[in-house]
Amino acid sequence: MKVLIPGALRSYTERSEVEVSGATLAAVLAELDRRYSGIRFRIIDEQDRIRPHIRLFVNGDQVRDLAQPLAATDELVIVQALSGG
Amino acid sequence: MAASKKKPSPRSKSSRIVLLVATRKGAWLMHGDSARKNWRVEGPHFLGHVVSHLVLDPRDGRTLLAATKTGHLGPTVMRSTDRGRTWKEAAKPPAFAKAPEGEKGRSVDHTFWLTPGPRNEPNVWYAGTSPQGLFRSNDGGVTWQPFSPINDDLQYRKWMGTVQDGTPDGPKLHSIIVDPRDARHMIFGMSGGGVHESTDSGRTWKAILDGMETVAGFDRNEPTFHDPHCIRICPTNPDRLYQQNHCGIYRRDGRSAWVRIGRSMPKKVGDIGFPLVVHPRDDDTVWVFPMDGTTVWPRTSPDGKPGVYTTRNAGKTWQRLDAGLPKSQAWWTVKRQSMTGDAQDPVGLYFGTTSGELWMSRDEGRRWSCIAQHLPEIYAVEAAELY
Repeated sequence: MKVLIPGALRSYTERSEVEVSGATLAAVLAELDRRYSGIRFRIIDEQDRIRPHIRLFVNGDQVRDLAQPLAATDELVIVQALSGG
Repeated sequence: MAASKKKPSPRSKSSRIVLLVATRKGAWLMHGDSARKNWRVEGPHFLGHVVSHLVLDPRDGRTLLAATKTGHLGPTVMRSTDRGRTWKEAAKPPAFAKAPEGEKGRSVDHTFWLTPGPRNEPNVWYAGTSPQGLFRSNDGGVTWQPFSPINDDLQYRKWMGTVQDGTPDGPKLHSIIVDPRDARHMIFGMSGGGVHESTDSGRTWKAILDGMETVAGFDRNEPTFHDPHCIRICPTNPDRLYQQNHCGIYRRDGRSAWVRIGRSMPKKVGDIGFPLVVHPRDDDTVWVFPMDGTTVWPRTSPDGKPGVYTTRNAGKTWQRLDAGLPKSQAWWTVKRQSMTGDAQDPVGLYFGTTSGELWMSRDEGRRWSCIAQHLPEIYAVEAAELY
């Protein structure tokens, strides 16, 4: 499936878009971390919670449960909050 | 007259000072010439990243560790083995243990404090985090593990409180000290949680609060209500500690109670502040940067008139050092890690403000000059000697 990477995380992937497989959101994130070591901990904490200023969208719908099943044709977008300062 | 306890400065090889400046928006290195008169700026490193602490390993003179995160992303530790030319992220940054099913575990918001281990343990580092946690690396900062039982100990978790009990940017574990004579002897502080000491390499800890005061109305016997800001050990007399606390300046000798030496500070100024610097060779001399702790606690220079205060007699008397500093309308805050000294003779002193200015004195505080402006909010300043 296609995963869109926000600018702040492109130092890991060197690309804005990567192809990753996995049956669930958790599996996709684990595969991302296997290929781009360290990326998962920047968006998911050690208690497997999505970090406060990060949102994950699958096919345009926000997902909060890492057990969410995914299909190979799905698109995951990792977004960080627009606000900063 | 008592003999001076100041030890002579060692015969020094040619060396120069580099200042390691950690800010809300990146890190900078300031390279001084041998006279500490001219400074060359290098940076930014990690532009846009929140850098809490940047430390050079004194054991090899080339490894740098930086505690970083961004406003949105999780925390990590960056590591350089060539004095900042190249950087690599830690393979396993500090992180709390996963909580058992059904329990709500903690997550590290940021690594706040970095301390290199003793000389005879070359790859050991310690880290203090927010929320409060103590971590150790045995491989030069590449991987980190929880250190000692305190991160998950029920009593310590109770003393640490929750994020609601801490500072607005999170409660912190800081001032990690390893006794240079005996690595089994360690000390740390918690903003909300008190001062703690171990003599068995961190297997067990004991709160050392005797003599410390709390805000009126709070139980002094309860570690939760103690807020040490900065604790320092005297390099030439490791039995002596100094502490800048939310409730005053203290000294502790051996295993005795803390003594509030800040009572002899001028009443108009008070003895509240964040940072504290000890002389590298004279255990009777320290420097502090007082802040306004009245009413709503502005935490700015009292009356808008910044000044460093020093004692040369272990706190019996204090002198103000402000030559070269602004005389009015300078509402500065200097955070607990943002004031430091080098080991040269005379000692060079350095501090960074949250308004992005870096100031220094080449003569132990007698005269100050501004060596950098327009930096982001400064979180930490360390001085390292390069040969």
